Amino acid sequence: MRHKLIVAAALALFVIAAGIASAEDALPKLTTTTPPFTEGIFPCTACHASMPPNKEKRTLSFHTEIQLKHGDNWCLNCHDAANRDMLHMANGDLIPFEKLYQVCGQCHGNIYRDWKIGIHGKRVGYWNGDKTYYLCVNCHDPHSPKFKPLKPLPVPAGPKEIMKIKGTVPVVIEDKKLYVPEYDK
Amino acid sequence: MTAAFIIDLIRHITRGNKLYYAWLSVLGLVIAAGAAAYFGQADKGLIVTNMRDQVSWGFYISNFTFLVGVAAAAVMLVIPSYIYHFKPIKEIVLFGEMIAVMAVTMCIMLVVADMGKPMYAWHIMMHPNFPSSLLVWDVIVLNGYLVINLSAVSYVLYRAAHGKEYKMSIMWPIVLLSIPWAFSIHTVTAFLYNGLSSRPFWNASIVAPRFIASALCSGPALMILVFQIARKVSEVEISNEAIQKIAELIAYAMGLNLFLYAAEIFKEFYSRSIHLAPMEYLFFGLSKDGTLHNVLVPFTWIALICNVTAFVIFLMPGLRHKFTTMNVACVMVLIGVYIEKGMGLIIPGFIPDTLGEIYDYLPSATELIVTAGIWAVGALIYTLMIKTAIPIYKGELSLVPKEQRRKIPAH
Amino acid sequence: MKRRDFIKSVAIGLGGLLIPADKSDASLWETFFQKYFREMTPEEKKNIAKRLEKEYKEKTGVSINIKTNEALPGVKYGYGLDLSRCIGCRRCVYACVTENNLSRKPQVQYITVLEFKNGEKWVSDLEESKKYYKHDEVPAPGHFYMPVQCQQCDNPPCVKVCPTKATWKEPDGIVVVDYNWCIGCRYCMAACPYGARKFNWAEPTVPPEQFNPNTHYLGNRPKFNGHVEKCTFCIQRTRENPGRYPACVEICPVGARKFGNLLDPESEISQCIEKKRVFRLKEELNTNPSFYYFFSL
Repeated sequence: MRHKLIVAAALALFVIAAGIASAEDALPKLTTTTPPFTEGIFPCTACHASMPPNKEKRTLSFHTEIQLKHGDNWCLNCHDAANRDMLHMANGDLIPFEKLYQVCGQCHGNIYRDWKIGIHGKRVGYWNGDKTYYLCVNCHDPHSPKFKPLKPLPVPAGPKEIMKIKGTVPVVIEDKKLYVPEYDK
Repeated sequence: MTAAFIIDLIRHITRGNKLYYAWLSVLGLVIAAGAAAYFGQADKGLIVTNMRDQVSWGFYISNFTFLVGVAAAAVMLVIPSYIYHFKPIKEIVLFGEMIAVMAVTMCIMLVVADMGKPMYAWHIMMHPNFPSSLLVWDVIVLNGYLVINLSAVSYVLYRAAHGKEYKMSIMWPIVLLSIPWAFSIHTVTAFLYNGLSSRPFWNASIVAPRFIASALCSGPALMILVFQIARKVSEVEISNEAIQKIAELIAYAMGLNLFLYAAEIFKEFYSRSIHLAPMEYLFFGLSKDGTLHNVLVPFTWIALICNVTAFVIFLMPGLRHKFTTMNVACVMVLIGVYIEKGMGLIIPGFIPDTLGEIYDYLPSATELIVTAGIWAVGALIYTLMIKTAIPIYKGELSLVPKEQRRKIPAH
Repeated sequence: MKRRDFIKSVAIGLGGLLIPADKSDASLWETFFQKYFREMTPEEKKNIAKRLEKEYKEKTGVSINIKTNEALPGVKYGYGLDLSRCIGCRRCVYACVTENNLSRKPQVQYITVLEFKNGEKWVSDLEESKKYYKHDEVPAPGHFYMPVQCQQCDNPPCVKVCPTKATWKEPDGIVVVDYNWCIGCRYCMAACPYGARKFNWAEPTVPPEQFNPNTHYLGNRPKFNGHVEKCTFCIQRTRENPGRYPACVEICPVGARKFGNLLDPESEISQCIEKKRVFRLKEELNTNPSFYYFFSL
């Protein structure tokens, strides 16, 4: 009798465990993209290892291409002085670049929350399978996060012009080829 | 016997004076042009029209809508003749029913001309979306109306060809059916537009009553003109009394039509909601991005002036009884209702379109020629019907063997 | 016109009435008597798809795949659009044109991007909209944008009015058209409050080398003159397990477009509805779209 109970319980446990395992397997994999580093800039320690850290807020003589327009911030609010290949939180915890959303999320809490559940930001891939999250910095320049205006694609043809089309030309956007019209003059 | 009848019939139809032949050749030319234009459209697609996604119905459907009204108006003669036995009208009711046959035939042709894939029209029979789609209802009521009127006309003529009066026991069911059916073709067609909440201009409860009121103007007006022409160019006898009775009925119908129209104009212009836009487009034009869109404005005012003037003429017995003024009024009614119940109803439903765009639609040459061709087919059908009916009535064309014939009193 | 030319054009016209030219007789009759899609057995669907693939191959030399798979169980698609983010760049318009093999000439586009001036009235009749805006850069200062496409209504007026049942709502919520069953009466276009249904006013053209070979019978397969078509949430991509996001979602540079399963509470679209105040276009018409607009800011 007791033996039977134990076997049954073990069996039940096994079934539940198997169920949990398969449910986890079925969860879509959420991967993120990588930060868009300028070529040759990373790892930062390649240069910074031999430079003594200067924590004074100042105009840099290097990295002049960076226009810092991000609130009242400056480099070391996010970049770590001691470990240049990492970012850091306000409490000093080191964060790798791939998880920079934790750093951004300190100030932009609401947006961080929206991003985690897919309301903010962009996802590509499979709506019911593996999907890739775009990192904050894939869309926003962290040093100047406001969106830059874009050139819009061609105006649609009006009702009188739907046949006045010379042909189509490809435009490549994010590795995708889109075909846009060329109108008769 | 029948063979002899058919030979006789052909002889009657092919015989006529110079005017008759000229008329037939004009119709033939217009029909040929229309057919050629239609084949061009069938080959290239509806791109040869000026309809587009923004204004997806145009001149064909406008003419269709007007002609449904004309067809429905046969009832104006059926009621006084069969129900009240008003003799002068009874003598001409057949010609009214023929107008219905002509108009419904033209309606069907216009809808076919408007279809992108007319050769697949049989799909409606395979899977009719009934009762949900008003278009299926319209197919049923229009074809039914055609059958009803054709049977009435053929039965009366069949009896006459045997030298006999029609039997009221057989006529009654046809008449009883045809009266509500006449109202149904107009109501269903009105509901076709009326039921679309996406188009505020059509989505007003007054649309169906207005449809009927204007139908009772345009159909009879056309009949008055056709009857006068018919009695001038043929031996058909149509009394002045009958024509005057019809003219009186137009006066009432136009009064009602104008009242309903005024009610709609008041509601739109006084409340000035965003749904005023189509009405504003009709009467004054709409401005958007610095462009004034007003191609329909002159037509709208012409229609209004015609309808009001005609109403005044029909209302005053002195003017109504004079044939010249009455005929002018009839032409005005036709112009007025043709605009109001045609382009004036269909196009503003699409302006502004559901996304706020304004496309100034006017028909293309193809649309005009195809439509003219269809009108010519209608005229040809009517001419041939009259050409058949008159000799039958006069006893010249008969199924009765020659020796047994006696001249029946002409109707 | 010469008499000979006239007769020729009449003959061509008569032929055109019935059948597109350059088709073999057998194929022509098969096309003419092709059954209603919803009445076909899976076997018949497969055969029709094969025939259409063959026809396209013979015409263009390009191989395509036409799928006929049915709705996924337990799925109802929903779409979200963040009006705070859209910048009016029209990339979605052309991603859609490319993915769905929309005719280049005459031009057919499923997505219309509307521009509005800040503070102007816009929601109900959209009468202040600007569709043909031209700027060197967007967003234009003082303006905002609202893309409109098929809203995949739960109470679709287009389906209600179609005389032949050629358009219907699938179990997964997508409103589809059987192009072969459509007779081109355009009643659905009059009924649609969102300008979402598009008509092929002439023979549609797509250069074969630009043709997306991954197609669905109810979606982006080769189309022809005289029928209506519309957005299907990229049925050829989304109706798979796993299924890719619609093309407009993937191209959006600002991540304004959200897509997922309304029946899954964790999906992006369910989360949008849960966490944001959403609205649907022309709610007063009771069409109950599966397409939700919202403001994240």
